[in-house]
Amino acid sequence: MNTKNILTGVLIASLSIAFISCDKNDDDATDNFDTSGTYTQVDQKARPGVATVFIGANRKNEFNTTTPSMMSASFKTDIASKLTAFGYTQNALGQNTDQFASLLATDVLNVKLTGTTTFFDGTNVLTGRALADDVIDTELLLIFGGPTGASNPGLTSDNVDANDKAFMNSFPFLASPH
Amino acid sequence: MKRKNMTGLIVGVVIAGSIIFAADHIDAPAVTGSGSTSLGTDITDLYAFQSPADNSKMVFVIGTQGLLSPTATTNASFPANTLYELNIDNTGDNVEDLVIQCLVQNGKVRAYGPVTPGMPGLTSTIKADAVMTEAMVTAKGSNAVIGTGSNGVRVFAGPRDDPFFFDIARYAEIIAGTESSFRMPGMDSFAGTNIMAIAVEVPKSLLGSSDNISVWAESKTK
Repeated sequence: MNTKNILTGVLIASLSIAFISCDKNDDDATDNFDTSGTYTQVDQKARPGVATVFIGANRKNEFNTTTPSMMSASFKTDIASKLTAFGYTQNALGQNTDQFASLLATDVLNVKLTGTTTFFDGTNVLTGRALADDVIDTELLLIFGGPTGASNPGLTSDNVDANDKAFMNSFPFLASPH
Repeated sequence: MKRKNMTGLIVGVVIAGSIIFAADHIDAPAVTGSGSTSLGTDITDLYAFQSPADNSKMVFVIGTQGLLSPTATTNASFPANTLYELNIDNTGDNVEDLVIQCLVQNGKVRAYGPVTPGMPGLTSTIKADAVMTEAMVTAKGSNAVIGTGSNGVRVFAGPRDDPFFFDIARYAEIIAGTESSFRMPGMDSFAGTNIMAIAVEVPKSLLGSSDNISVWAESKTK
């Protein structure tokens, strides 16, 4: 990116100019922005780690191209089998294998529009996913921690509790790249 | 059950099934497989949270192209043929009622919406007549460039530190049966690596009247 483009971008941000598309096809000659055509899904993501931990390599592409409303019917059985193989019976949320598998199979982030948004903060559960949330510990605890969270203590935390860079306190909040 | 037995079970399950490479990263074989030329379509993580700076707004972050070294980041870009789509269900049926469609072309990111999709599901056309928010893609080493739309939406796209953290290396050893527990302290396998990120900030008033929504991210190509 050249300096002129950077300056242009800064100006856009500082002046808060609103760009409104009026042309239906929106590919005006000045910027040649192409909005035509039909796009077909190749990847899909919501909760961290679900596809990786619970979905076998032979079904990953299928998992990534199944709409959430169809996921439970297609993947709950696979996930329940894997939970059982992990020795799972019940988690700290009181969910049995079928209930937990059902939650995991429908891969969406549950988000509340009022109050705290977090994967788990000790009080609120599955009300969003904040940048600093230790989602892996939450998932390890729910998978291996048993009904009280006290089972398998060597497997319920990876002992990495925070990101390697501090987050920004304004949008986009993500830390600058290394 | 003794932990040793547990570990044996895990090993058995994993060897029989999937090989775990990284938590959310690179688990779409169709786009990250050998010889792939579409690494940019791989979604690493999705975040959805109330803005820490303004509780009337929600922030959505889509991470793509994980595990970028600082050097690789310098040359990384978003593919022009890819739609990054935030899907929002506000009626509890896990079918999207609203989408925010993000395209990156010619060094610019555009976010269309939130808007009712033309059709829900696995194929999409761009809602080009929706309110659109635009920003220049932020270059590595530059301050974040943010665009603001007439509907109050803000957008950012560019390289960022990967906010994900996990001792995936130790996890892999546990899975492989060479270790039986995590280490203290753990080591963040994602420290020092970057993603190509798209972030969208949306006034809550544009997301419907329900207090509970479900959100997921999709990448789609043409």
